[in-house]
Amino acid sequence: MLEIKNLQVSLAEEDKEILKGVDLTVEAGKVHAIMGPNGSGKSTLSYVLSGKDGYEVTGGSASLDGEDLLELEPEERAAAGLFLAFQYPVEIPGVGNMTFLRTAVNAQRKARGEDEMSAAQFLKVVRERAKTLKIDSDMLKRPVNVGFSGGEKKRNEILQMAMLEPKMCILDETDSGLDVDAMKLVSEGVNALRDEGRGFLVITHYQRLLDHIKPDVVHIMANGRIVKTGGPELALEVEQNGYADILAEVA
Amino acid sequence: MGIAESRISQLQDRVAGLSVPASAWNAKNRAAAVERLQSMGLPAPRDEYWRFTDPKSLNAIEAPKAALFDPKETDVFDTIDRLEIVFVDGVFDATASDELSGSNMSIERLSDAEGQDTHWTADCYGALEAIGQTPVQRPFAALNTAYATDGVLIHVTGKVEKPVNITYRHANETSDAILHHVIKLEEGAELTLLENGPAAARFNKSCEVFVADRATFHHVRTQGRDHERRAVTHIFADLGTESVFKSFTLTANGALTRNECVLRLNGDDATAHVAGASVGDGDFHHDDTVFITHDAVGCESRQVFKKVLRNGATGVFQGKILVKPDAQKTDGYQISQSLLLDDDSQFLAKPELEIYADDVACSHGSTSGAIDEEALFYLCSRGVPKDQATDLLTVAFLAEAADEIESDTLSDLIVDKLEGWLERHRP
Repeated sequence: MLEIKNLQVSLAEEDKEILKGVDLTVEAGKVHAIMGPNGSGKSTLSYVLSGKDGYEVTGGSASLDGEDLLELEPEERAAAGLFLAFQYPVEIPGVGNMTFLRTAVNAQRKARGEDEMSAAQFLKVVRERAKTLKIDSDMLKRPVNVGFSGGEKKRNEILQMAMLEPKMCILDETDSGLDVDAMKLVSEGVNALRDEGRGFLVITHYQRLLDHIKPDVVHIMANGRIVKTGGPELALEVEQNGYADILAEVA
Repeated sequence: MGIAESRISQLQDRVAGLSVPASAWNAKNRAAAVERLQSMGLPAPRDEYWRFTDPKSLNAIEAPKAALFDPKETDVFDTIDRLEIVFVDGVFDATASDELSGSNMSIERLSDAEGQDTHWTADCYGALEAIGQTPVQRPFAALNTAYATDGVLIHVTGKVEKPVNITYRHANETSDAILHHVIKLEEGAELTLLENGPAAARFNKSCEVFVADRATFHHVRTQGRDHERRAVTHIFADLGTESVFKSFTLTANGALTRNECVLRLNGDDATAHVAGASVGDGDFHHDDTVFITHDAVGCESRQVFKKVLRNGATGVFQGKILVKPDAQKTDGYQISQSLLLDDDSQFLAKPELEIYADDVACSHGSTSGAIDEEALFYLCSRGVPKDQATDLLTVAFLAEAADEIESDTLSDLIVDKLEGWLERHRP
């Protein structure tokens, strides 16, 4: 589903190479995790895939179901089925959460040539999905992420994911800033979306999240490359020994 | 101190084509205004309050031509149950207007009233304008009082349920209209005044509002459509004890708009809110000039002005809060913000506070900024096209001003208009 080949990326403003040839394939129905020390390029990978400004792709490719992602605008990537759950969800004063969700859902439907969801239909679906994530009607009415706690922001990301039903979900350190209960809630939200046709790329520092969202494949990223790939046991190894051993081993 | 010869001759030329309508009871008020105007002369670009707005086209003898623009949209307040009064290029349109009557108020045209021997406005017409000339001179307001050809006079004695809506149509490319309204709300009375439409190629409008104790006046207006039109408007209001005055203006398009609002809070615990949202694309100059005087205890005033500017549009805000020595417990707030959608547009702001009482809370702020790129990317990453995402963020910015409108129905109509305008003016 998601195919990344020898992806090389620099910061647009300064001549600094962040990704130095990333190869990664996420199949439909699978959950891949990327772990790695700070500064290894994990978040950059998520931003480049979703189309954020400020990065320059100097080589390689990234495609979703054969479609070249790097040629598309961020909104086109979203309509193509890509979703990024932000590490730091953005606060947008003045834009109601519900308005935002509905605009996004209908924009994607329109882009795919589907009928827009009626207000009533949308309301029904959003209430239902919000409920399982313990998002109350007040949170839906408030401006996007404004005054939300860390946990509320992450739950709101998962609600967006649930409403947009993307093919490929990237979760960028969704566990950061979450307490144990919130992590459980968010993980349940993610697990509920696990599906034959959907791929996940879970970026995290800690194995803890992977106790809840069980990965099929774990990659270790360091210095702009995937340096090791293995099964869930690789995450446990990191948890016990840190990255030093693995990095020494591949060096 | 006399004024320069050149100013006197410039003024003589400017008013040569205008005449003071004859009236038994209003002749004195009109003559006094002519005298005020002659002592001031027309504004010049070096005058303190005209440094950011060039008065040239307002001073010109003839109104600069303004092409008519028909965006094929309905009038903003069409869905509101209202009493509508229509002026076309400043001329009353009886056929298009509703019958001038309503419960708890008397309503008539200035030109009709001036034919009568006496009138309740004899002590009101021009009175607030005259007071409003100090400490800052407002020559176009004096010109208006002297030469206005018509207007609406409303005396409100109780709660008026239906809003009064004055619609200004523009049909002649060189029209030069001067209208003067007087509204007097007796104790405890309530009125909502709506105004909309492009009015004329050049429009000078003045509105004097007397808000007695515990009376409430709501005002929502839109100035829009025709790109080349010019307007200078004044609102003068005196507020009594525990009275409420709320005025909101939406301005879209217009080569030049200068909206002045001069309020005096004379009774304790009065509330005055003035807000504006303006959107300009290209040849657009919009100026909000506000002067609020606190002259009683425990009054609250708010000024909230938001401007969205693109393609070389200019926004001006000059807002002053004057707190007199006895106006203790004053709560004054002022914010003016602009969203500059490109590098060619500019926002000029001059906030002023002058405070002589020692127990007051006054704050002001002014900002200029661009669209928040982080927020824009966040919206786009959810599939919202960049244009639409920009509009969403822009409306969110402007909505803070529209939120000042008391009625949600009216506020929603304003936001709808803003959304429509933004959609038509995407880069």
